[in-house]
Amino acid sequence: MKLQRKIGLRATALGALAVSGALVLTACGSDDNAGGSTGGTGEKTSAASNIKCDGAKGKLLASGSSAQKNAMDVWVKNYMAACTGVEINYKSSSSGEGIVAFNQGTVGFAGSDSALKPEEVTESKTVCKGGQGINLPMVGGPIAIGYNVPGVDKLNLDAATIAKIFSGKIKTWNDPAIAALNAGVKLPSTAIQAFHRSEDSGTTQNLGKYLGATAKTDWPYEAEKKWPAPGGQAASGSSGVAAQVKQAEGAIGYFELSYATSQSIPTVNIATGAAAPVEATSENASKAIAAAKIKGTGNDLALGLDYTTKADGAYPIVLVTYEVVCDTGNKADTLGTVKSFLTYTASDEGQKVLTDAGYAPIPAEINAKVRTTVAGLK
Amino acid sequence: MASTTPIDAPPPTPAPPVTKRSGTSTGRAGDKVFLGLSRGSGILLLVIMASIAVFLTYRATLAISKDEGNFLTTFDWNPAGNPPVFGIAVLLFGTVVSSIIAMAIAVPIAVGIALFISHYAPRRLAAPIAYVVDLLAAVPSIIYGIWGALFLVPYMEGLNLWLDEFFGWTYIFEKTEVGVARSLFTVGVLLAIMILPIVTSVSREVFLQVPRMNEEAALAIGATRWEVIRLSVLPFGRSGVISASMLGLGRALGETMAVATVLSPSFLISGHLLNPGGGTFAQNIAAKFDEANELGRDALIASGLVLFILTLLVNGAARLIIARRKEYSGANA
Repeated sequence: MKLQRKIGLRATALGALAVSGALVLTACGSDDNAGGSTGGTGEKTSAASNIKCDGAKGKLLASGSSAQKNAMDVWVKNYMAACTGVEINYKSSSSGEGIVAFNQGTVGFAGSDSALKPEEVTESKTVCKGGQGINLPMVGGPIAIGYNVPGVDKLNLDAATIAKIFSGKIKTWNDPAIAALNAGVKLPSTAIQAFHRSEDSGTTQNLGKYLGATAKTDWPYEAEKKWPAPGGQAASGSSGVAAQVKQAEGAIGYFELSYATSQSIPTVNIATGAAAPVEATSENASKAIAAAKIKGTGNDLALGLDYTTKADGAYPIVLVTYEVVCDTGNKADTLGTVKSFLTYTASDEGQKVLTDAGYAPIPAEINAKVRTTVAGLK
Repeated sequence: MASTTPIDAPPPTPAPPVTKRSGTSTGRAGDKVFLGLSRGSGILLLVIMASIAVFLTYRATLAISKDEGNFLTTFDWNPAGNPPVFGIAVLLFGTVVSSIIAMAIAVPIAVGIALFISHYAPRRLAAPIAYVVDLLAAVPSIIYGIWGALFLVPYMEGLNLWLDEFFGWTYIFEKTEVGVARSLFTVGVLLAIMILPIVTSVSREVFLQVPRMNEEAALAIGATRWEVIRLSVLPFGRSGVISASMLGLGRALGETMAVATVLSPSFLISGHLLNPGGGTFAQNIAAKFDEANELGRDALIASGLVLFILTLLVNGAARLIIARRKEYSGANA
């Protein structure tokens, strides 16, 4: 009896191991959100690579924003292919965690989807001997608003309507406010199910900044990482929100563009006041980021985005993620690698891969400043 | 013993009577070392537990002292806000309600399965069923979460509409908001599936321990199989089933990833269980930890401390019930 049970348990454990192992493996496989295009790009660029590996050596740890994960994956892969013997390990967790790790001095640089706060800069001075933490805008991207309304392939919305939908003031798809922006489209009377992120997120904060800047009366909330409005439903992660929008009829939600393209979810065109409503694409996002002003001082290149832009073809709901480094006082054993790697990511070649991964390149004028700053890191 | 062979026996050693006593040292080095080691291990455990408790309480106090809302009654969780405001009311409600739903569904089914395996099923069928139930326990909870979100939630919608139509008058099954079934009720169903194996396997073990004599005695006075179960198996197994349920309840209270994946959290309390919304302690910690600042982490630790106290109370209550029932059960017969 006893013996039999033991064998039974062992078989159970083995079976469970096999099942969960298989599941874990599949999970890893499907994680690559940017699809096949990244692989192709990777091979292309590393074949004709201009990556300079001067001074790069050993192992570089980095951590932070998951919003730039897919870009980082491609960059790290290309870079490590060109510079053999150098290992870069970007742990995609969250901006908050990345900055904490940076200020504890455990990573060479951090990824963050919002610029360092004043108190975080103060804290960074203990790690950056003689300098401080600075923000380098490296990856831009559109935040797409995806929807699931059968029979509607094209949908135009403006900021006020989006604010009313997400705060629960507009409840059905055939609401006059939506109809007014979509002449000739037959809208069903389906109830609207607005989905937001259940965890704190930089994506939520950036959408909040956009709505707060363009539709103050309908969106009186502070732009925080936490979802501020009442009502609606929540799902965890951009992938969770995208999955719900895909699944539920009448749903609408926001996520990075790559989640919409990889699951073929239709996205809303934004009526900004430009000649025509603007589609969520990488190029259109770049046009909006081009209107940004640098608000950081000295070496800090934190951006102030212009959400109210009416320029033709400028998609206003954008997210810029930064790499956070020390301007002076980087650790001697990682400085070479950080400089070399960021020189690559800010190069034309590095920025070009972003479009394929569903992101937007940083506009040339700002990017030029990033390159100068990277070259001057000490 | 030695007295029968007085000539070639070696001088008797005085030690034997002492070794019989358990728990005291014989004065030999090995025993002393072992006593020291085991006592040290026991004390080490207490020290670790105490230091964890002190750390948690310290961090929790830091957070609560900065909370501008009421920690117990505020319906919000925003430690990063200005001013920081957070409260556990919604989390406490969600944790308790989803666990109650899970228990209400899982315990009767688990007892049924356990009885079937131990008393009804032919041997050839009982073994594979027991095996499959045990296998359920080995599935990681995130897998339950993904399964729940992608499979269970869409299928719960039909059930929800049915419940709303026929049991809407009960208030709790009235669905007042549109939305997919990412509700506390769905979470309860998922938790029920997750705690089923532990409740089943412990109950089965207990039912198998029922003295053969009791069952045969019942059969001898002409009881049917159901009467045997009612008269001898259930009374004997009652305290065991309660302990099994408490083990399951422990898992339901603390379940994190599955709840975080399936639930659509919100900081509102609603008695309409089919509406999306609500939250649990563990789910909230998983969702908020990543982006939390220093105060946010302390606040989450404080909420975790409340969950710990809740679990302690539940387990304490269970022990009381078991202790009281024990004398009436068949165990002492």
